[in-house]
Amino acid sequence: MLKVYHCDLHIHTCLSPCAELDMHPQALVARALEKNLDIIAVSDHNASANVPYVLAAAAGKNIRIVPAMEITTREEVHVLALLENLSALRELQALIDRHLFGKNDEDRFGVQAVVNERGEVEDINTQLLLGATDLSIDEIVAAIHRLEGLAIPAHIDRESFSVLGQLGFIDDNAHFDALEISGRTGLSRGRLRYPELDRYPFLTSSDAHFLRDIGTATSALLLEAPTFAEIRMALAGQNGRRIVE
Amino acid sequence: MKIEEIVQALGLDVKCAKDCLDREVTGGYTGDLLSDVMGNSKAGYIWITRQVHQNIVAVASLKEHSAIILINSSQPTAETMEKAEAEKIPIMVSDLPAFEISGKIYNLLTAKS
Repeated sequence: MLKVYHCDLHIHTCLSPCAELDMHPQALVARALEKNLDIIAVSDHNASANVPYVLAAAAGKNIRIVPAMEITTREEVHVLALLENLSALRELQALIDRHLFGKNDEDRFGVQAVVNERGEVEDINTQLLLGATDLSIDEIVAAIHRLEGLAIPAHIDRESFSVLGQLGFIDDNAHFDALEISGRTGLSRGRLRYPELDRYPFLTSSDAHFLRDIGTATSALLLEAPTFAEIRMALAGQNGRRIVE
Repeated sequence: MKIEEIVQALGLDVKCAKDCLDREVTGGYTGDLLSDVMGNSKAGYIWITRQVHQNIVAVASLKEHSAIILINSSQPTAETMEKAEAEKIPIMVSDLPAFEISGKIYNLLTAKS
């Protein structure tokens, strides 16, 4: 039976330098449960070390975690990668690590903490996670698709780090699985503003960097079960699965 | 001033549409945000940028720019070269940063008029 699942498919953890330290796996999951979310995607900037701990924190709880990453392309476009499992995420991370350069400056950009499901700091990431990879947006999308993931340009309605801001428009040969509209604009205003993008499914997500932001923008997906295969079908509009607009 | 004269004066490396250098350059615009370039540049302008994605050709073609200059020795991608050749948009590469190449072209254009 198809039913509506409430999804927030873009949430940062304290591994992102711009997110608050309170965004550790246990607190993040607790907040998502409080907000009655069914599915969340955990996506840090060019990093993913907290995803296994979020999965551990959510074990046995009534919420599905989608492994994800928010990748910065060479053009400085943010692209969300949603993946089916941790092994695909690890492969994507290995690729990103080979193409991301520079060291973080904690005083300027913030701390990048890897925190386990018990709230204990495991590691401090020293990479410049706010930097850009030297992979083009086309290369990033191809890599996500090789790993059978979903490639979604983030917050296309924002001026900074968005595909429309950086690259002006989306050409007909782009292979995006959906486009993310920020909560500030929302789905219906997004549709009005971008009639030329009507062939794409739109998602709205919180892009939460603070606990209080989790679930402030969500998408309603009509699915049979909270699985990756079902999410893929909903974005493609197959077999009755869809995004409720 | 024609593109050819700017190429000669600044020693630019012409990557594609080499037979389209007789166009007139009416001004210039420097920027890497394609949305901004689409909004603020004008026909005939030479566009100075660090972006190498194929969308730059579509923007230059749409805005009827005379040519594109890539800064800091940035190389156009294969797709960008192919599209530029098809759209007849000359792409030149400079080893200078945007500030310097923009200043030099500004001087050339204003000295001439």
